[in-house]
Amino acid sequence: MTGWIDAVIQGVLLGGLYALFAAGLSLMFGVMRLVNLAHGDLIVLAAFAILAVATKLGLDPFVAVLVATPILFVLGFALQHVLLNRTLGRDLLPPLLVTFGLSIIIQNGLLQTFSADSQRLRSGPIETASIPLGGGIAVGVVPLLTMLSAIAVIVLLNFIFYRTPVGRAFRATSDDLEVAQLMGVDHRRIFAVAMGLAFVVIGIAALYLGLRANFDPTIGPARLLYAFEAVIIGGLGSFWGTLAGGIVLGLAQTIGARIDPEWQILAGHLAFLAVLVVRPRGLFPRAQD
Amino acid sequence: MDDSAAKPAQTFRIETAGGAPRIAASIAVLIVLVLALLPMVASRTLVQDFIFLFYMLALAQCWNLLAGYAGLISVGQQAFVGLGGYLLFALTLIGGLNPLLAILLAGVISALCALPTALIVFRLRGAYFAIGTWVVAEVYRLVFAQIKPLGGGTGTSLTSSVTSSVPGIEQVRALLDVRTPAARDIVSYWVALTLVVATLAAVYFILRSRRGLALGAIRDQEAAAAGLGVDIYRIKLAVYVATAAMTGMIGALIYLQKARISPDAAFSVLDWTAYVIFIVVIGGIGTMEGPVIGAVVFYLMQRYLADFGAWYLILLGTLGILIMLFAPRGLWGLILNWRDVTIFPIGDG
Repeated sequence: MTGWIDAVIQGVLLGGLYALFAAGLSLMFGVMRLVNLAHGDLIVLAAFAILAVATKLGLDPFVAVLVATPILFVLGFALQHVLLNRTLGRDLLPPLLVTFGLSIIIQNGLLQTFSADSQRLRSGPIETASIPLGGGIAVGVVPLLTMLSAIAVIVLLNFIFYRTPVGRAFRATSDDLEVAQLMGVDHRRIFAVAMGLAFVVIGIAALYLGLRANFDPTIGPARLLYAFEAVIIGGLGSFWGTLAGGIVLGLAQTIGARIDPEWQILAGHLAFLAVLVVRPRGLFPRAQD
Repeated sequence: MDDSAAKPAQTFRIETAGGAPRIAASIAVLIVLVLALLPMVASRTLVQDFIFLFYMLALAQCWNLLAGYAGLISVGQQAFVGLGGYLLFALTLIGGLNPLLAILLAGVISALCALPTALIVFRLRGAYFAIGTWVVAEVYRLVFAQIKPLGGGTGTSLTSSVTSSVPGIEQVRALLDVRTPAARDIVSYWVALTLVVATLAAVYFILRSRRGLALGAIRDQEAAAAGLGVDIYRIKLAVYVATAAMTGMIGALIYLQKARISPDAAFSVLDWTAYVIFIVVIGGIGTMEGPVIGAVVFYLMQRYLADFGAWYLILLGTLGILIMLFAPRGLWGLILNWRDVTIFPIGDG
């Protein structure tokens, strides 16, 4: 019994990580209807960037991610402004194929720069620290921090979306691009700002990805699938829905793993497909698209 | 009804094929003949290279039909390549069937699996469909990794009794005076050639049929096509299932030739989808000529640049992005800008 309760707790906390993966994807889709196939690889790229900053400057990963945040924002802004804005339009194919190409470039670029060795972010005793809950169950500090960060990111994103001028512009371009343009919104800049913001979220996701487990250049696509599944399970257009989607996915994976370790990933995918069959628009749908 | 009988029956003749396609058709027949006879003189390496070129071209035509015409941008066609490959192994190793029969059956079973798959992934639209198909391919991979009689996660090999039971190997060996492995390659070459010609013919006739007209309409303007009474869901479903069948058969052939299968290789998104997308995009999506050009370009790049490993893939990705941004109709589109020609007259200029 303790094993099962433990699996549920770990699953919920794992959901926090998936929600962090998914928040960036959800943001990109929410503002510019962009489905970014390179999302997972960008998370891995950010993890390597944090690793490089941390080792070169001798910083703790938590500090390194703070240093990296403005850089990530600029990178995201530039990527959207220079490349991805050119692909947006009625046709689905250009954004999909350009981000797919980007995914291959990032994976192989990382392979070339950092080799295929698996890496890990080191942050001292906090990595293994845990809080006992009694009854032989304990929660790790890092998983707990992941979940708290996911909640903080979502609160912050909701604040930006619904309480700030830039958020108003996000919602306007998302609702009706033409009218927003008529009202003087420079949608290209707005999209670039949104991508910059998404990159900051990617940086936070990368921090916990690297702290919780090993990573190497090839694991990006699987993270994309988890992020995507969390978004769809939760329902498009709601950040809290995305958190719920992440938790459902995390639960399915840990419970699957509890039955048979080899079934962890498969159980997550099957849960996703089941939600798709039963509730095609997700658990908490908001957007119409 | 009566007065239609009285009037002389009006006949229409709509020609989509001008001079170029007719010349092209004769040249195509000639090319197929030359290709069929090639193994008599070619080296074993060249024969193997051509098998690779053939199956990549066949896969590219399938993906082009799916994405370029039906608007179903799938990143999960490796599901059916792997399924076909594994079915070949299951049907020959466990079922004891003849490999050629197993290839055909792999096509049928792939289509049967595609139907329920479609019912799920068709709930996702546009770009989400793309990632959904990828998830499904992962499910297929993880499920096959669980099947212990087929080697589980590490995979398995075909026994030599299976690989040499393909009809014709003995005759080729005797006729051309080559050793058995070379004879095996030559027979595989012919099967691959047959499959690629069959795929080209199937895609061509699908696109020339009434369904094909509807597909062209969907490609050009989906909403308008629906408004004119095209049953979009059914046509898309039909295309999805048909390409799954073809892809499954190609997958079976690929793994008959490779004689060794593992889940990671058989369901590889890079090998069976990324390369294929690259071929179609480089050549020109939404045309039949495009993938042919793309496959040749890809083959040459693979032959001369693949040794550069990661750099080669970075180059492929960059090239794909540049083409998509600056010449979205691919190399064939560039040729069309320069001169209006058609090789496959499928009714779109």
